[in-house]
Amino acid sequence: MSASAEKLVTMANQIGRFFVPQRDADPAAAIADHLEKFWDPRMRAAIVAHLAAGGAGLDGPVREAVGRLKTVKIPEKGLSA
Amino acid sequence: MSLVHEIDYGTPVSKSAETVKLTIDGNEVVVPAGTSIMRAAMDAGIQVPKLCATDSVDAFGSCRLCLVEIAGRPGTPASCTTPVAAGMVVSTQTERLKQVRKGVMELYISDHPLDCLTCAANGDCELQDMAGAVGLRDVRYGYAGENHLKLEKDESNPYFTFDASKCIVCSRCVRACEEVQGTFALTIQGRGFDSKVSAGMLSDNFLSSECVSCGACVQACPTATLSEKSLIDIGQPEHSVVTTCAYCGVGCSFKAEMRGEELVRMVPYKEGKANHGHSCVKGRFAWGYANHKERILNPMIRESIDQPWREVSWEVAIDRVASEFKRLQSKHGRLAIGGITSSRCTNEETYLVQKLVRGGFGNNNVDTCARVCHSPTGYGLRATFGTSAGTQDFDSVDQSDVILIIGANPTDAHPVFASRMKKRLRAGAKLIVIDPRRTDIVRMPHIEAQYHLPLRPGTNAAILNALAHTIVTEGLVDEAFVRDFCDLDAFEHWATFVSEPQNSPETVGPMAGVSSEAIRGAARLYATGGNGAIYYGLGVTEHSQGTTAVMALANLAMATGNLGRQGVGVNPLRGQNNVQGACDMGSFPHELTGYRHISDDATRTMFEKLWGVPLDNEPGLRIPNMFDAAIDGTFRGIYVQGEDILQSDPNTVHVKKALAAMECVVVQDLFLNETANYAHVFLPGSTFLEKDGTFTNAERRINRVRKVMTPKNGMADWEITLAIAKAMGFEMPYNHPSEIMDEIAALTPTFAGVSYDLLDKEGSVQWPCNEKAPTGTPIMHIGGFARGKGNFMITEYVATDEKVGPRFPLLLTTGRILSQYNVGAQTRRTENVVWHDEDVLEIHPHDAEERGVRDGDWVKLDSRAGGTALHARITDRVAPGVVYTTFHHPETQANVVTTEFSDWATNCPEYKVTAVQVSPSNGPSEWQKDYVEQARQSRRIATKVAAE
Ligand code: SF4
Ligand code: SF4
Ligand code: SF4
Ligand code: FES
Repeated sequence: MSASAEKLVTMANQIGRFFVPQRDADPAAAIADHLEKFWDPRMRAAIVAHLAAGGAGLDGPVREAVGRLKTVKIPEKGLSA
Repeated sequence: MSLVHEIDYGTPVSKSAETVKLTIDGNEVVVPAGTSIMRAAMDAGIQVPKLCATDSVDAFGSCRLCLVEIAGRPGTPASCTTPVAAGMVVSTQTERLKQVRKGVMELYISDHPLDCLTCAANGDCELQDMAGAVGLRDVRYGYAGENHLKLEKDESNPYFTFDASKCIVCSRCVRACEEVQGTFALTIQGRGFDSKVSAGMLSDNFLSSECVSCGACVQACPTATLSEKSLIDIGQPEHSVVTTCAYCGVGCSFKAEMRGEELVRMVPYKEGKANHGHSCVKGRFAWGYANHKERILNPMIRESIDQPWREVSWEVAIDRVASEFKRLQSKHGRLAIGGITSSRCTNEETYLVQKLVRGGFGNNNVDTCARVCHSPTGYGLRATFGTSAGTQDFDSVDQSDVILIIGANPTDAHPVFASRMKKRLRAGAKLIVIDPRRTDIVRMPHIEAQYHLPLRPGTNAAILNALAHTIVTEGLVDEAFVRDFCDLDAFEHWATFVSEPQNSPETVGPMAGVSSEAIRGAARLYATGGNGAIYYGLGVTEHSQGTTAVMALANLAMATGNLGRQGVGVNPLRGQNNVQGACDMGSFPHELTGYRHISDDATRTMFEKLWGVPLDNEPGLRIPNMFDAAIDGTFRGIYVQGEDILQSDPNTVHVKKALAAMECVVVQDLFLNETANYAHVFLPGSTFLEKDGTFTNAERRINRVRKVMTPKNGMADWEITLAIAKAMGFEMPYNHPSEIMDEIAALTPTFAGVSYDLLDKEGSVQWPCNEKAPTGTPIMHIGGFARGKGNFMITEYVATDEKVGPRFPLLLTTGRILSQYNVGAQTRRTENVVWHDEDVLEIHPHDAEERGVRDGDWVKLDSRAGGTALHARITDRVAPGVVYTTFHHPETQANVVTTEFSDWATNCPEYKVTAVQVSPSNGPSEWQKDYVEQARQSRRIATKVAAE
């Protein structure tokens, strides 16, 4: 695993360990929401790619959350709006 | 322009609600019960002559100058020590009083040097004024008798002089040191004629004594005895301007006293609502960096970081920034650049940098150094209470019965607020300190903590859960509060969780190194001791569970009903002067001003309309993510305003690698800081004395910063950002920072009512300031939470991945000290270095002995990230197994050692826990030896070509 992927996995698992004991019925949704809100698109793209490559090291609910992330398109130039 | 004069009422204000009516010199006066006659007279505009009284300290009644006559009472009582009574009839000027006063003054003057014309206090001396006020014309005793005129001066303090020959032994200084500052450094030694003011023991001078150089005694002294050296050097100021200290989150108000454009001295402003006329050594005296010879005043560029700098015009420098940023975006995409706002700069400047990034760069890669300190506060308090800020004003502490300090060292880091806290503690409030280190406040003159829990670094969440366990299982919950104001399901869930056996003090205590009885005792005291107030600092936030611990504190306050009134609350003590403001101003990559998420369409549309550009709806990179992305090659250029990320961020080697990987690093600062060693463009910044704006302190108070001199670098920081924006093709037309604030107010509901006019009128306001609270909100969440119902969060303890082991058996934790500020860029360039000229490593005697380390030895400090060397100080302030250092000096760079572990929610780095080894060493490590040469190399400035 690359150093940066390893770091993202650690960070994602840390997030998971907070949300799993909360009383949300669906911790994966809370984790996914946190990732959407706080991780920049390239980080999300990297963790999604990591999952696609087997997702080594990702804890169960985190794996599920990453699986639910919207695919993000990293813009090249200019805003499309 | 003129001097801002403040009235000295002679004695402190009485807080009594009851009023008393009396007559003074024929005028009817109504004042609160308990007011002194002196103060009542001053209320009516009658100035009773006085020397030993001043309104910052309690009356003492020693000079006998303020005597008055009271109808029906015998004698001539002192008006400073005599309280008013209903129906009293007072005369302040009678034949008898005149004679007595003249006699008193004669005695003083006969033993006072008559060098008034050449005295530094000439024109600002109360002794001189009183001689005039009582009509003293000659001194019958002559000047030849036994006197103190030959006494030596004590010049040991770098900022003020003590000239004993001018002392009238009024003890105002002694009382100011005790009552205002709470340091007890001064005493009156000897009796009668021999009595004199002494700092510490007889053998001490000011510098070697306990004195912390706060300046309260200088402020209180009615004569030239205690005088600022700058005043002696320059002369009396002719005008003054009220402004705000640019050092820490207390946000003290000062009068900048000027002669032309030269600053004579900074004098704490009594009307300042955060400091009420008090100061610390930094704000009061450590402003000399503004004129330091190392300050850079011209823009500079270079093609690569191994070249010397070349001075260029502002146009050339700004063009270089814009063309490089545009080039990087066209080559590597819109997301390839970003910016960092500064907690040292004003709200307006911070707002502009994030506007430049979002509007001009077209992405949300903007972050602030608050990332590395208080970002967990924002997240944690928002999730529980609904607002990303502390709940109280500073004055609230006057009504606290139990003060719980966790992970904060207020006497060093927030000294002026600490003085308030100490005053309350001396008056009987109880104290709980949760800190791996025995900080000063645990035991000091007239203060002793009821509980000090010296927990192992990294166990905050566990200890807080154990406190909660005690409160819930021993039935100490404030049920009415929880029922009325909190989400009951969340409470039930939380109560069940904290009651579980793994959260009991008996389980947590041994793991955290704290006795379970102490945990239970502290919990009982906080829950049942009356108004309980929590104050916390970076020892809470800078952990992998920083956000969790903030939530745990919020849970405790909710469970015990310690919210929504004076004397209680959850209060982050913010580090830098404008950390709160930087967060409020939309510096975080995921949110716009007022903490609104960038993905919220309604909010974003409002900004898009006003700014005239489309905005990206995806969160941007946070500082640590920027470094990672730089190393990965997707992040190539950065604009850093007023921040030294290389010295202040964790794992220096990693940060260096990231900076070196970027193609355009733009640093805007006063000095060539450590980050600038990796920069391609240097834009010289301006000091807080050179610009207008606002800072927001730890109590959400928006204070005005006022320009008192022309920027020496030619431009205020906000003007520099405007120039960059313009060159990037994104015009931000403002003529004055007040217009920027108007825009902030228009876009931000919690700031809707804020304007410079309002700030001028009110002095300062605390946000939320809007229609509902036109003059601001001192206390939050009264009668309900900002988010509706208070939300209990589950705060399961997760041990950090940074673990001790055979190679790294000790835990390092870091902090700061009084005389230095953050990375020290400013304070290291002042006389403050007399108190702290290097970072040292505190180590417990047991750990030192095991390693053969003696006090003062060089030691090597190594972690998994890197190593450095510094001198050891052996002390039992730290527990066995724990070592401690500060991070003020680049020659040590404690952050070479810290790791990249970070808070789960915010990526706030885990500065407070690093597994390390300490071993004896002969001197500095290799990189430290190279450092000096490398720094010199990268700071070279090519001599200007004559033609330029
Ligand atoms: S400067 Fe402050 S600490 Fe020092 S003696 Fe004066 S009042 Fe006390
Ligand atoms: S030093 Fe100043 S304040 Fe202190 S006793 Fe002497 S005259 Fe009074
Ligand atoms: S306490 Fe903070 S704001 Fe006040 S003078 Fe000291 S450094 Fe400045
Ligand atoms: S001022 Fe009242 S006794 Fe000195």
